[in-house]
Amino acid sequence: MIPPPFTYVAPQSLPEALSLLQQHGSDAKLMAGGQSLIPLMKFRLASPKYVIDLRKVPGLDTLEERDGHLVIGAMVREAAIEHSPLLQQRYTGLVEASEVVADPIVRNFATLGGNLAHADPANDHPAMMLALRAQIVAASLKGQRHISIDDFLVDTFETSLAPDEALVEIRIPHPPQHTGSAYIKLERKVGDYAIAAVGAQVTLHGQTCTHVGLGLTNVGPKAIRPTEAEQFLVGKQLDEQTIREAARLAGEAAEPTSDLRGPAEYKRGVVRTLTARALRLAAERAQKG
Amino acid sequence: MTQHVQVTLNGKPFQADVEDRLLLVHFIREVANLTGTHIGCDTTSCGACTVLVNGVPAKSCTLLAAQVDGAEIQTVEGLEQDGKLHPIQEGFYEEHGLQCGFCTPGMMLVGKALLEQNPNPTEAEVRHAISGNLCRCTGYVNIVKAIQYAGKKMSAPAPEPVEVK
Repeated sequence: MIPPPFTYVAPQSLPEALSLLQQHGSDAKLMAGGQSLIPLMKFRLASPKYVIDLRKVPGLDTLEERDGHLVIGAMVREAAIEHSPLLQQRYTGLVEASEVVADPIVRNFATLGGNLAHADPANDHPAMMLALRAQIVAASLKGQRHISIDDFLVDTFETSLAPDEALVEIRIPHPPQHTGSAYIKLERKVGDYAIAAVGAQVTLHGQTCTHVGLGLTNVGPKAIRPTEAEQFLVGKQLDEQTIREAARLAGEAAEPTSDLRGPAEYKRGVVRTLTARALRLAAERAQKG
Repeated sequence: MTQHVQVTLNGKPFQADVEDRLLLVHFIREVANLTGTHIGCDTTSCGACTVLVNGVPAKSCTLLAAQVDGAEIQTVEGLEQDGKLHPIQEGFYEEHGLQCGFCTPGMMLVGKALLEQNPNPTEAEVRHAISGNLCRCTGYVNIVKAIQYAGKKMSAPAPEPVEVK
């Protein structure tokens, strides 16, 4: 399969990229690793007139802790996240999400930024970002703005980025002490999208849950934050009964549809089971952290 | 529109003016005429088109030729040196690591990249590394053995030079 014709440009700086984006607006597509965009173009699901490759733009490969946040540049590859010693300890859920994106070869080029900007509800990072309460830094020629991940994810393949805006950074707040995270995915085989997956981050004070974030993958038109489950958990001891009730509420929040990966009710059951497992694992890690 | 793409292909400079939309796999097979890189699924699933881009495995059906301008590309044709098989090729030969051979170029390049990071991988580590490559003959057991064979061969100390009196 061959993509429809387009003009390829690889600007040398962010202002140059943003001015191309402003000039061509929705006729243009930004490309990071291309691991979602190129397949979309091959299937003719996307036919941009201009592909703006960000590979030569300096400064987009940041992966560091700064100003109370983990800052991840738009060109940071999944493989870099997967193998980062910095992230293993404190951002375990993020690493676990990167580890199950597509397959190891794809992860050499795929980026976290692209995964989010593509806004496929089947992608793994949107749900984990909900759990971690990430912020998206968007840039245009007018300046920068920060968008909460909840506001960033609008619908299937749709974000709140304006046509002249680029995702340049992802910012994840430092997890406080005694915080743990996890991402658990059920997939038919390596490289497939999730039947369902759940991301969780838990902060404990003693046995009591003081903060929690949850996100559900591929059980709705976009990644879902099961708000009622989160609200139910805050201020409670994370015992088995509480975890089970939160898992039931997360299952209620899911909006799965029946497809070749299974009937809707099965997927709701998977969400319940994975939510319970992710909460237990995150809590266990929080106790150690 | 066309793009001027200049790469190092198996150690030698190679350049061509190509269509913007040309995929790397077509650049390798049809422009550079190296047909050892296969097209299997054409949908980023099977790994038959795997090549090394700056030493890192890449599915060449899912990269544009323009995207790798300036990069070092290695294909299966670059493994053999001076008529001598690369240890990874020798491993596939010795351990019966191929049946129909369609997945073999991708498997060997992934194996080579793995061994450069981890010269003595466990079976689990090899299986993880090749999890983006499909073998429709299902010959995974021997593929794993072949990669491990190459690892041992590559990390073995060079034979003692024979003393000439």
